[in-house]
This record gives sequence, C-alpha cells and structure tokens, in this order.
Amino acid sequence: MLLSQSLGLSAVLFTLGVAGVLLRRNAIVIFMCVELMLNAVNLTFVALSRQLGFDGQVFVFFVMTVAAAEAAVGLAIIIALYRHHDTVNLDNINLLRG
Amino acid sequence: MNPLAGTVADRVGLLILLPLIGFVVNGVVAFARPKAKGVATAVGVGSVAVVFALAAGIFGKMIGVQTDVPFIKPLWAWIPAGDLRIEFALQLDRLSIVMALVVTGVGSLIHVFSVGYMAEDPGYARYFAYLNLFIAFMLTLVLGASFPVLFIGWEGVGLCSYLLIGFWFTDEEKARAGLKAFLVNRIGDAGFLVAMFMLWKHLGTLNFVGVDASAPRLLAAGGSTVTIIALLLFLGCTGKSAQIPLYIWLPDAMAGPTPVSALIHAATMVTAGVFLVARAGVLFALAPTAQVVVAGIGALTALFAATIGLKQWDIKKVLAYSTVSQLGYMFIGVGTGAYAAGIFHLMTHAFFKALLFLGAGSVIHAMHGAYHHTHSHADAQDMRNMGGLKQFMPTTYRTMFVAFLAIAGIFPLAGFFSKDEILGAAFNRGSVAPFWYLVWLLGTVAAFITAVYMTRLMLYTFEGPNRTGDAERPHLHETPAVMTVPLVVLAVLTALGGIINLPGKWAASGWLERWLDPVTRQADAVTHLQAHLSSGGEFGLMTLALAIAIAGIWYARAKLHPEALVPADRAPAEHGFAKLLLEKYRVDELYQAAIVRPLVAVSRGVLWKGIDVGLIDSAGVNGSAVVARTLGWMGTRLQSGNLGTYVVLFVIGALAVLGALIR
Repeated sequence: MLLSQSLGLSAVLFTLGVAGVLLRRNAIVIFMCVELMLNAVNLTFVALSRQLGFDGQVFVFFVMTVAAAEAAVGLAIIIALYRHHDTVNLDNINLLRG
Repeated sequence: MNPLAGTVADRVGLLILLPLIGFVVNGVVAFARPKAKGVATAVGVGSVAVVFALAAGIFGKMIGVQTDVPFIKPLWAWIPAGDLRIEFALQLDRLSIVMALVVTGVGSLIHVFSVGYMAEDPGYARYFAYLNLFIAFMLTLVLGASFPVLFIGWEGVGLCSYLLIGFWFTDEEKARAGLKAFLVNRIGDAGFLVAMFMLWKHLGTLNFVGVDASAPRLLAAGGSTVTIIALLLFLGCTGKSAQIPLYIWLPDAMAGPTPVSALIHAATMVTAGVFLVARAGVLFALAPTAQVVVAGIGALTALFAATIGLKQWDIKKVLAYSTVSQLGYMFIGVGTGAYAAGIFHLMTHAFFKALLFLGAGSVIHAMHGAYHHTHSHADAQDMRNMGGLKQFMPTTYRTMFVAFLAIAGIFPLAGFFSKDEILGAAFNRGSVAPFWYLVWLLGTVAAFITAVYMTRLMLYTFEGPNRTGDAERPHLHETPAVMTVPLVVLAVLTALGGIINLPGKWAASGWLERWLDPVTRQADAVTHLQAHLSSGGEFGLMTLALAIAIAGIWYARAKLHPEALVPADRAPAEHGFAKLLLEKYRVDELYQAAIVRPLVAVSRGVLWKGIDVGLIDSAGVNGSAVVARTLGWMGTRLQSGNLGTYVVLFVIGALAVLGALIR
C-alpha cells in the first residue's frame, strides 16, 4: 500500500512541477519547479527500490549530485540574467526571438 | 598504297601550319612591336611564298603519278564520340591541289602588293597576321577531307573576312560592314550545318570519299532527302559566295583594305561555295531539282548584280557587284554539272578579278596620296573624281586593260574561254530541258552588261579629262614597283590562263577538264550529260559571245561621255531607273523593313521584355527567391523568443512521444 501512495504522491509532485514550469513566469520559481520534478522522480526511484533492489537508490544519488551541480549553474545564470535585465521575469527576456 | 605516300605530299600539313605560324608570329609582333615592319613583311609574305612553293612541289609530284584515288593524310582523331569518329584529315586530289595553287599563288601576289599598299598603316603587323590566318583557314577549307574539316576552314575564313572588313574598326561604318558580313553568313552556315547532320543521319559518314561512295547507294536519286541536303548546302554557298538572297554583305565588304577585297572578296573565299558544290558534286548530281535551283540562282544573280554594277560610282562597288555577277556564272557552271567549267572560271576569275581589284587599289592609293598632300577630304574611290589617269599611271592602266578585256570576254583572254565554256554547257543541257536555254539566255545578257559596266569603269577612271582637282593633279603618280609587279604577273596569268582549258579537239585542249575528270567522274556518271556540243555549235556560241562582248564595249563607248562628268561633290542627283540602280534596287532597305526591323521588334518586345524580363526574371529568378523567403519567414514565426511557449511546445512534444511509445 505504501508503494501506491508513494507513487501517487510522486505523480502529484511531478505534475505540480510541470504546471509550475508551464504557468509561472518567474525564473526562480520555474527553477524550483524543475527541482520539484527531479525530486518527484527521486521519490519514485526510492519507492520502487524497496521491491526491485538498490539500483534505484544509486540512481537517486546521481540525480541529487547532478541537481546540486545544476542548482549552482542555474542560479548563477539567473543572477547573470538579473544583472543584465534587472528582472527575472521571463516575459521580458526574449533575446532569441526570430 | 597511294603513290603519293612517302613523297612530299606527306608534308601537306605544313601547307596549313606555316601560315598559322606566320599568324602567331605576326600577332605577337602586332602587340609587342607594331613598328617592326621588316619582321612582319618577312614572316607574312615569306610564309605564303614558301607554302606556294610547297604546293607547286606537290602538284609537280602529282603530275607524274597516278592520282585517280585521293591521297588522304590523317593528322589526328578530332572528334571521337561513339559512332561519330571524325579525323582531322587532309585530302590531296586533283581538285584540292588546283584550289591550293590558286589560293597560295594569287595569295602570294596579293601579299606582295599589300607591302606597298599598307606601308603607311599603323596596323601593318596586325594586317599581315590576319592575312596569314586567312591563308591557313582557306587551305584548311580546300584541303579538308571531310565536311566538318571543310567547315572549320569555312568558318575560319568567315572570321578573317570579318576581321579584315572591319580592319579600320575606329570607323563605325566599316565595323558595321564587318558585322553585316558575319551575320549574313551565319544564315547560310546554319544551312550547311543542318546538311551535315542529315548526311550523318542518312549516310553515317562525313568523309568526301565515303559520301561519294555511299550516296548513290543509300539516297534515292531525285528523292526529297538528297534534294534537301543539296539545297541546304547551297544555302551555305549563297551566304559565302554572295548569291541571291544573301549577296548583300559583299558590296559592303569593300570597306576593308583593297588587297583584302582582291584576295578574300574576289579571288578565293567567295569562291568557296563553288568549290563546295564541286566537292559535293555527287549529291548535286543526285538532286536535279537542286541543280536547277543552283543554276537558276546563279543566272539570276549574274544578271541582277551586273545591272547594279552599271550605275555605281565607287570603283570598288562596281567591282564588288561584278564579283557577285561572276560568281553567278560559276554557279551556272557547277549547277549545270559542268564542274570543270565552273572551276575553270573560278581560276580565271581569281586572276582577272584580283588584277582588277589590285589595279583599283593602285588607283585608290595614288588618289589617296594626292588628296593627302592637299589635306582634301574628297572621295578617293569615286570615279567621278578620277578620269584621265592613264597618263599618270601607265602600268596600272595597261594591266587593268588586260583584265578588262578578259572579264568582258574578248578572245583570246582567260575570261573569254571560261565564260564561254559555262554558257556552252548550259546551252548544251538545254536540249534536255528548255529551262537551261533560259539560264544560257540570262547569262548571255549578263555578259553584255558586264562588257558595258567594265567599259564604263575603264572610261571614267582612265580616259577623258582628269577631274581630281587642280591642286592635287601634280601629286598623282604611278605606285611603286612592289605594287605594280604583282599587277604585271597577274596580267600575264590573265592573258595566258585560258590555255589550261582550251576548247576544241586538239591535244592541248581541255587540259583542266581531263585533269579534274577523276574528281568529277562519279557526278558525271549520275548526271549522264551529253559529252559536248558539236564543234560547229561550239564555234557558233563562241562567235556569238565575242560579238556580244564587242557590242557591249561599243555600246558603252558610244553612250558614255567621260568629258561630261563632273566631280562627285558637284554631281546632279539621279532620277528614275538610274536612281533605282544607284540605290541597288533598295534591297537592303527591303531586308531592313521585312526582316531586320521585325526581328529586332520581336526580340525587344517579346523575347526581351516578355520572356526574359517577364518570365525568366520575374517568375523564375525572382519568383523562386520570393517563395524561399516566404517559407523562411513562416519558420521565423515559431521562434517567438518566449520561453514559456517553447516549454509548452516541448511538453506537448514529449507527451506525444510518450503517448506513441506506450500505446
């Protein structure tokens, strides 16, 4: 029973993350939503590893490592964006428009 | 094994190579040292003289041995393309060596004459470069062993003709005359090309030997195929040899230096068409309709051009129309199937017309010199400004008088025999079809007119009082020896040239006809001509021809009064028929209105404004650019730069892929 509840929670978290990325305009919030999606996936791995062995938990370590690195780089980019544009609102950041 | 193999005839390629080297050397001299006249003279005249000696050597060799079979000298494989294998091969036979001798012999004399005529010209080396190139191409034309090789020479002499007509290209009128000659010749050359295509399609060979052998087997005699081929070839001849309807370029070609007119536009190049008909004699023999057209056009041209010659004032224009007229005679000859007579007249005409042109050149040189002294701008070529020149230029007068008697047809000069031979052949064929009597009649009337206009030329130029001008008269004098010696040599040839083909039944008579027999035999076998007129008939025709010539001269002397002429700038305007003749029947204007202007209008209105600008530029070039740009613009609309949009699209895409995977 714990498995299905865990997976359900994971699905809810992931959907929240996707919805946040799609709907929010603040770069920091979007960034946090990406982290939320990563962690939803981590939860899935951990929950399933109870039945399928430790491989999932090993994956989670990798994901956490990558997420940490990504947080460092991503936050640095957002700071650079803010210094350049005086805003982190993505509606105002459209330099790549064709 | 051909008896000529291993002899001097193996060096036949040198005949073309040497003038070509002369062209290159003189071309370099013209660019690097335009003032180095000594080099240009030595190379220009020397190369042609050596080539003449070589041709004479080969001819001497040919007299001694059996030359019924042409000697073919392949030089290299020129166009090896599938079934089509064309060798660059030269052919020595009795016809080509005769032509080569005429070209190099008369050519040498004219080169020598040019040394004097062009002495003061700044383009001296360039002139000799072109002249040597012409000799090289003309020899390619007469020596080529197949239609394509002949065609190279054919086009090459056309190029040289263009270059030399427009030699003084800073004068726009002269440059235009060169262009006119070139463009008019293109029409005829297109016919020649199509004829070659058809020959290849139907016979599978383009060698003269191959065509002569296979044409009677593969082409139905009198059939439409061979008739069309022959007529297309003849279209080429009308362009190159200035016959109706393409003769209009030749009178304008007189814009070139006078020795050029003598060499290219009288003695050699313009006779190429006659040579071609003789070369392709078997094809024409198989197509009697084409023969009728050839002889008919020849007769019409002979008469038509002679009448125009009656009223021209420019001494070179008279000779130009005379050339057109005499070429008409040659076509009567070859059209009748009397190839030997046509070639005979070609030779004698080369002698006497070159002499007439060089004589005219000598006169113009003297006139020009006199006007140059007084800085007058009067026309040095207008006969109304001449008169009485025989006391100033006795050698020129005497030599030209010989040529005058020859072209008028006075016994026993060369022109008398050759013209008579042609008219006799046409008369002879009249017993088969009455049409040929008409050809004979037109030719005979033209002979009368020839005598009249030539008498007029001699009267107005050399007799009567001098009209050059009082200030200029003391400066009129005979031209230097370098110019008069070629005149004397040509005068001797003109006087004696008739002996190579005398009429009658003596051992010496008909030498050229017997010499050319191996070449013309096949064509004669197809035509089945009656051998000859009876001696009585022949004698009667000759007497008649002589009477007509004398009548023409007498009539002109009785009617024309050089004493009554006034210089060109004071001359009254002409009226009536004389005006029409002076304006050359307004044929140029007719062509201009009927062909040139509509062509230009269609080219401008439809081809340029309509098809080029409207279709190709707008729809094709710019249209495809517009389509590409529109598609690109549509693509850029996807790049909104808005991250949210990208993410939405990305998620939709990811979901679509996921859905596809788990379905």
